[in-house]
Amino acid sequence: MTEPHPLLLANARIVDPSRGADFHGDVLLAQGVIKDAAFGIAAAGVPDGAEVVDCRGAVIAPGLVDMRAFVGEPGAEHRETLASASHAAAAGGVTTIVCQPDTDPIVDDPAIVDFILRRARDTAVVRVHPMAALTKGLHGEEMTEIGLLQASGAVAFTDGARSLASAQVLRRALTYARDFDALIVHHTEDATMSGGAMNEGLFASRLGLSGIPKAAETIVLERDLRLVDGVRGRYHAASLTCRESLEVLARAKEAGLPVTCSVSINHLSFNELDVGEYRTFFKVSPPLRAEEDRAALIQALASGLIDVVVSDHNPQDVEVKRLPFAEAEAGAIGLETLLSAGLRLVHSGDVDLVNVLHALSTRPAELLGLRAGTLRPGAPADIIVFDAEMPWVLDPALLKSRSRNTPFDGARLQGRVLRTIVAGRTVYEYV
Amino acid sequence: MNEASAFTLERRDLIGIEGLSAPEIVGLLDLAEEFVVLNRQIEKKRTTLRGRTQINLFFEASTRTQSSFEIAGKRLGADVMNMSVSTSSLKKGETLIDTAMTLNAMHPDILVVRHHASGAVALLARKVDCCVVNAGDGAHEHPTQALLDALTIRRNKGRITGLVVAVCGDVLHSRVARSNILLLHTLGAQVRVVAPSTLLPTGIERFGVEVHRTMESGLKDADIVMMLRLQRERMAGSFIPSVKEYFHYYGLDEAKLKRAKPDALVMHPGPMNRGVEIDSAVADGAQSLIREQVEMGVAVRMAVLDALARKLPNA
Repeated sequence: MTEPHPLLLANARIVDPSRGADFHGDVLLAQGVIKDAAFGIAAAGVPDGAEVVDCRGAVIAPGLVDMRAFVGEPGAEHRETLASASHAAAAGGVTTIVCQPDTDPIVDDPAIVDFILRRARDTAVVRVHPMAALTKGLHGEEMTEIGLLQASGAVAFTDGARSLASAQVLRRALTYARDFDALIVHHTEDATMSGGAMNEGLFASRLGLSGIPKAAETIVLERDLRLVDGVRGRYHAASLTCRESLEVLARAKEAGLPVTCSVSINHLSFNELDVGEYRTFFKVSPPLRAEEDRAALIQALASGLIDVVVSDHNPQDVEVKRLPFAEAEAGAIGLETLLSAGLRLVHSGDVDLVNVLHALSTRPAELLGLRAGTLRPGAPADIIVFDAEMPWVLDPALLKSRSRNTPFDGARLQGRVLRTIVAGRTVYEYV
Repeated sequence: MNEASAFTLERRDLIGIEGLSAPEIVGLLDLAEEFVVLNRQIEKKRTTLRGRTQINLFFEASTRTQSSFEIAGKRLGADVMNMSVSTSSLKKGETLIDTAMTLNAMHPDILVVRHHASGAVALLARKVDCCVVNAGDGAHEHPTQALLDALTIRRNKGRITGLVVAVCGDVLHSRVARSNILLLHTLGAQVRVVAPSTLLPTGIERFGVEVHRTMESGLKDADIVMMLRLQRERMAGSFIPSVKEYFHYYGLDEAKLKRAKPDALVMHPGPMNRGVEIDSAVADGAQSLIREQVEMGVAVRMAVLDALARKLPNA
C-alpha cells in the first residue's frame, strides 16, 4: 500500500483525554503518526502535498480502544468476521478491537494468536489485538502458556464470559502472570448462581423469569480481590454491573491493590425494565440490573472509579435470539453504537466528555500496553472526528455488523462519527 | 591418623543440614576427600563398619541414591540390606511407626531412610535406637545431596565462600534446594534462587537468598548454576503452563548459560529431564559436573556413615 498523503484536520475541538486537554485547534497527520495537535497549525502554513479538511468545529479525539469485543472468527464467521467487525468498529469510532478468546478453536495456543493477527492484518481495517485464554480450553483447570502467548501478541488473559470456579487455579495464574506483568481479565459471576435469565427482583418475578442475584457477582469479586491482595498480580474485573460491586472495588483500590475494572456500555445505557415484553436483544451476560445500579455505575464512571467502558460486542444470529427469553442466547452488538451511546451520558450532564473518552481510549490503552488513546505528537495516527450533537435514529438495516442484535434498534441517538482514521488512513467517512 | 580421620559428629542421626555448624560440614567434606582417593583405587574396601548392619529403608523409589548408599556401606564393611517398602508391608497397611519398631527389633546399627512425606524420617528416628540418615524426606531435606554438591564445588573451585550459586527451577517441591541453600549459606556462598513465582515457596527470601524470576538476571555472573529436577510427579495442580513454556523461559541452554561467568559450572542432582529443565548440549558439555556429582555421592555417604558410626555404642 502507498503511504497516505499528509492530512491536516483544521478548525476542530480537540479533546485529548491522555492530557486532560480540550481546546480549539488543528491536527496534522503524516507518515501514519500524529505530527502535532495544537492551535494555529493551519495558520502557520499548510505542508506541501497535505490534504486539508475543515472540521467546522467537530470534535477530534483518539480512536476508541474497545477492550471487550467477541468476534466469530475463527469458527463462527456467520456471526461476525474480523473484517465485518472491523468495519462496524470503524463506523463506531473504534480504531482498536481487543477480541476475546472463546472462538473455535479457542485462543489458547500461540499459533491461534498468530492466525488472528495475520487475518486481521489482511482483512481488517482497524487494529485487532487478541486476548488469549487464561486456562486451556477455557476449562478453568490448567493455565495457558502465558509467556509464549504474550510473546506472540496476546495483550491480556481471560476466560471470556466464563468465571473460574477454582480459587487455586486463579491464584496460581495470578502468581505466574505477575512474572510477565500480564493482565488477567476475569468475568466475575458465580456459575452456580448465574443460571437465571435476568436480574433477580420484582420485575423478573412478574415476568416469571428465573433471577440472577447480584451476589453471584460480588462473591466472586470479593474472592478475587482477596487473592490479588496476597499475590499482587494485575487484575481486571471484566464487567461489573451493580452498586455493591463498586463498593468492593473502591475498597480494594483504596488499599492500593493493582485492580481495575470495565463496565459495558449496555449497563450504562439500560436497566432491567428495558427487557419489557421479553425482548431478547436486552438479554446480556451479566444481566442488566436495576436503575439504581445503572445510576451508581454512571456516577462511578464520572468519579474515575470505573477505568474502562467496553462495548461487550457479542454478535448473535436470529435463530438463537428469536426464542423464548430464558432459552435465547445472551449478548448484544455494540461496536457501531459505542461512541454515540457514550455521548448520551455527556448530553444528560452526568459525565464530562473528556472522562467518557478517557474510559473509551486512554485508559484501556494504558492497561493493555498499547500505543493508542492519545493525541500526543509521535503517537500512531489513530483518531476520530465526530459531531457530538448530530441527531440520528438507528436503523439496524444499515449496520455493518453481520449480526443485527442491537438493543439500540430504533433508538434516537445524538452524536455521530464523521471520520475514522487508522495509521493515518481514513477507514470510515460519514456521507 | 590425620585430622579428618579423628572427626566425629556431635549427633546420633543426620536428619538435615539445618543445625550443622560450618566446622561440622567442613569436617565431613574433609573426611569425604579421603574416600574419594580410596574409591579410585583397586582395593576399595575398609573394615570400619565390620559387623554393623545397615538397612536402606526406601518408602519412595530411588535408583541412584539407594545404590550410592549401598556401595558406601559395603565399602566400609557393613552388611547392607535394601528394603523397598512400597513392595512389602506398607501395602498390608502397616504404619510407619510399626515398620520402624519391627526393624528396630532386629538391631540394625544404621538406618538410611527415604520417605515421600516431609518430617517422616525425623519421626522414625525418634522411635529407633540406631543411627538414622535422611536420604530425602518429602520437600524437606536431602542432606547427603547437599554435602556431595558442596564437595564437588569445593574440588572444582577450591572454595565455597564468596561464590555466586544460582539454584534454578522447581524450588517449591525440592528438598535438594532446601538442603543446598542451608549448606551454601552456612559456608558463606551467595545463593540465588531462580524460578517462576509459582515454583517458589512463600517467604523464600527469608532463607537468606536473592530471589530472581528470570534466568537472565539470576544467572548473571554466577559461578555455579545448579539446576533442579522439575518434579512433575508432585505437580498436584497447575504450577506451570507447559513443559514447552518452562523450557523456553527456565530451561538451561547454551544461550542462557552465557549469562553466567565464562568458567561457570553446571550441576544437576539427577535424574535429569532433558529438554525440560536442561538442554542435552549443556548437560553433556564441558562445563557440566553432573557425572562428578555422582562420584562424590559415594564418598560423601561413606564419610557420613563413618562419622556417625564412630558415635555408636561399642565403637
